[in-house]
Amino acid sequence: MTRKQRRLTLIGSALAVLGFAAGLVLYALSGSIVFFSTPTMAAEQHIAPGKRFRLGGLVQPGTLVCGGSQVSFEVADGGAKLPVTYKGILPDLFREGQGVVAEGALDATGTFRADTVLAKHDENYMPKDVADALKKQGHWKDDYDKKLAENVKGASCAHGG
Amino acid sequence: MIAEAGHYALVLALGLALIQSFVPILGARWGDAALMNVARSTALAQLLFVASSFAALVILHVTSDFSVVNVYENSHSLKPLIYKITGVWGNHEGSMLLWVLILALFGGLVAAFGNNLPLRLRAHVLSVQAWIAGAFYLFILITSNPFLRIANPPIEGRDLNPVLQDVGLAVHPPMLYLGYVGFSISFSFAIAALLEGRIDAAWARWVRPWTLMAWIFLTLGIAMGSYWAYYELGWGGWWFWDPVENASLMPWLAGTALLHSALVMEKRNALKVWTILLSILTFSLSLLGTFLVRSGVLTSVHAFATDPRRGVFILLILCVFIGGSLSLFASRASSLKQGGLFAPISREGALVLNNLFLTTACATVFIGTLYPLALEVLTGDKISVGAPFFNLTFAPLFVPLMVAIPFGPMLPWKRGDLLGAAQRLLAAGIAALVAIAIAWAWARGGSALAPLAIGLAIFVIAGAISDLVERTGLLRNPLAISFRRARGLPRSTWGTAFAHAGIGVALIGIVCETTWNSEYIGTMKPNDVTKLAGYELKLDGLSQRQGPNYREMVASFTVSLDGKKLSVMTPSKRNFTTRGASTTEAALLTRGVSQLYISLGDVTADGGITARIYHKPLVLLIWFGPVLMAFGGVLSLSDRRLRVGAPKPARALRGLQAAE
Repeated sequence: MTRKQRRLTLIGSALAVLGFAAGLVLYALSGSIVFFSTPTMAAEQHIAPGKRFRLGGLVQPGTLVCGGSQVSFEVADGGAKLPVTYKGILPDLFREGQGVVAEGALDATGTFRADTVLAKHDENYMPKDVADALKKQGHWKDDYDKKLAENVKGASCAHGG
Repeated sequence: MIAEAGHYALVLALGLALIQSFVPILGARWGDAALMNVARSTALAQLLFVASSFAALVILHVTSDFSVVNVYENSHSLKPLIYKITGVWGNHEGSMLLWVLILALFGGLVAAFGNNLPLRLRAHVLSVQAWIAGAFYLFILITSNPFLRIANPPIEGRDLNPVLQDVGLAVHPPMLYLGYVGFSISFSFAIAALLEGRIDAAWARWVRPWTLMAWIFLTLGIAMGSYWAYYELGWGGWWFWDPVENASLMPWLAGTALLHSALVMEKRNALKVWTILLSILTFSLSLLGTFLVRSGVLTSVHAFATDPRRGVFILLILCVFIGGSLSLFASRASSLKQGGLFAPISREGALVLNNLFLTTACATVFIGTLYPLALEVLTGDKISVGAPFFNLTFAPLFVPLMVAIPFGPMLPWKRGDLLGAAQRLLAAGIAALVAIAIAWAWARGGSALAPLAIGLAIFVIAGAISDLVERTGLLRNPLAISFRRARGLPRSTWGTAFAHAGIGVALIGIVCETTWNSEYIGTMKPNDVTKLAGYELKLDGLSQRQGPNYREMVASFTVSLDGKKLSVMTPSKRNFTTRGASTTEAALLTRGVSQLYISLGDVTADGGITARIYHKPLVLLIWFGPVLMAFGGVLSLSDRRLRVGAPKPARALRGLQAAE
């Protein structure tokens, strides 16, 4: 093999791997990314049952029902409300009146079945996506963060604990 | 007084860095040895000043001096001593100070033990180090000064984020930074080579130990972080494809590629331009990681927009260093001479293939991490790119890479024989097939993917063993001769075998944990019994306990197997009064390399408690694999051949390990 042929082999295999990877990335991006919605956006967009998305908003005070490992609550964003059910243990920072992001899909009755409730907020108790969305919809007040931080004793599933 | 002294020491370090960033280069240009030697003293003095500055911050934290903002916001007088110390880097300002301390440490090591480096090269390397250091000293002093005072000092601090009050914080960030920042050395060497316009095999021999050392720390740092997330977050997950995790994975992938390409350059004087580019890219990815984690762009775009100074400053550092180094690369790379020839089927060819797959995998992680950010900035759409994306892109790229791993060491340099290598891997192939059959039979059908993946892992491990068997002639010669040969093998050969086997071991853990993990979530009352994977877990009761700066509720579970009592597990939920936040402390019971995992939920109205119980088969292998890889790295690092070309740096590295 000449130097040129060797170089061509090298470039050819590099392009093949890169093409393969590019194909994978495009395929994965078309199928497996998950969009973020608030209850208002979900109502406007008529998201089909079964399509996965991330739901963000505030846990509506007074709607949290704890039945052992089966939990239900409503997520509100000031405009609309959406009932959510979740089987599992809620994250430590989960409280009524606070921001939450859940991932899952709507079922036929219009209830959001979450399989994940995200635990990773910062210490402001407000997931970034929720804060941004609330701000966009004009339901944000500048001292929201502080109020929420003071409000951490809001109802959760904990009794005593 | 101590805070001001620490602040002042940092300013002095900046001054020294500024001197170091141009005087040695001028010396190199004018051929003035005295000017070039300035770098040595300034690098050591920098280390001294940054270390004193860091020590000052540690003292402030240990003595709970709440007149300093950083201490007030992240400490509490009742916090145990170890968390007072680790809390120093458990916040933005302190962790940046640790970052520059490690940068100065590496600069100091090159200065102290780089006597055998050509004078010009050392001067250039240390100057480039000083550019990086100078930029980050400025960043700390202007935007993230940890020594700021409060006018009216409060009597009590706000305590450290409870999730961070764990031994993990003592080990994980320093390890990770030793890795991240360690790559700055290969970056500086690459820039120095471009500045000098000269690069040869000796260059690769000097760079390789430093890269290897950084890689070892990064490997351990990532593994440690993953294990920490596993037991601390209470979700039983060990990798979330979170941007912060990806930020450390990207330099690791690029650094692994760099290790392998530097090998080609050292042995065969080929792939020079590519190795230089990889050195630049690896450290650029480290800088990118620092930007992602430290600018606040991930936790809140809002915070980034209202207080953009930090983010913009790091972004500026990022652009100047990446842009500058790549421009320099573009203008100088063509002048570097071409190296040795090799056929596509050869050791070099295999290493090129390794580089190809690793960098492509790195690119997919890069896209998955930055695409959501870019999309949000451009269109305002919010998307999340999670595990499904990475499973679809990353995994298919790693499969061919892993198939190729055992072939690499079997192929000779320059021109190889694929058929011959395949014949020598026959035993490994058979072992893989047997493993697939056993896994298939044991799982009684089920997913076909898991047994195949286990087969692949066994192939990699058996391939690494075959390589050693082949080299020692274990089955062809009497045992005594093989033993003598084994002792005579270069340590780097052993290192390669261990590191490659480590990947296989980790894969087995990953596959078993994700496929055969069993889980129970439910509410239990005292004396309730739950059965999981053959174990019986009885909830004995709940009790309250008072810790130094928290209250905790402890549940006690008696675990028995076949009616025999094994152990008592005590998961707990801690409530930290100062921050009003709670953490879940999972309880782990290790059986061989499998684990039982209990984390607690909330207490219900009728006195029961929600519990999440997992049985995770072979889960420890996930972290045992990286430890094996790092051990392989250490063996390679101690190889005599690495010291022949560059005796002093290698000895320095060994000294560092001994000091651990």
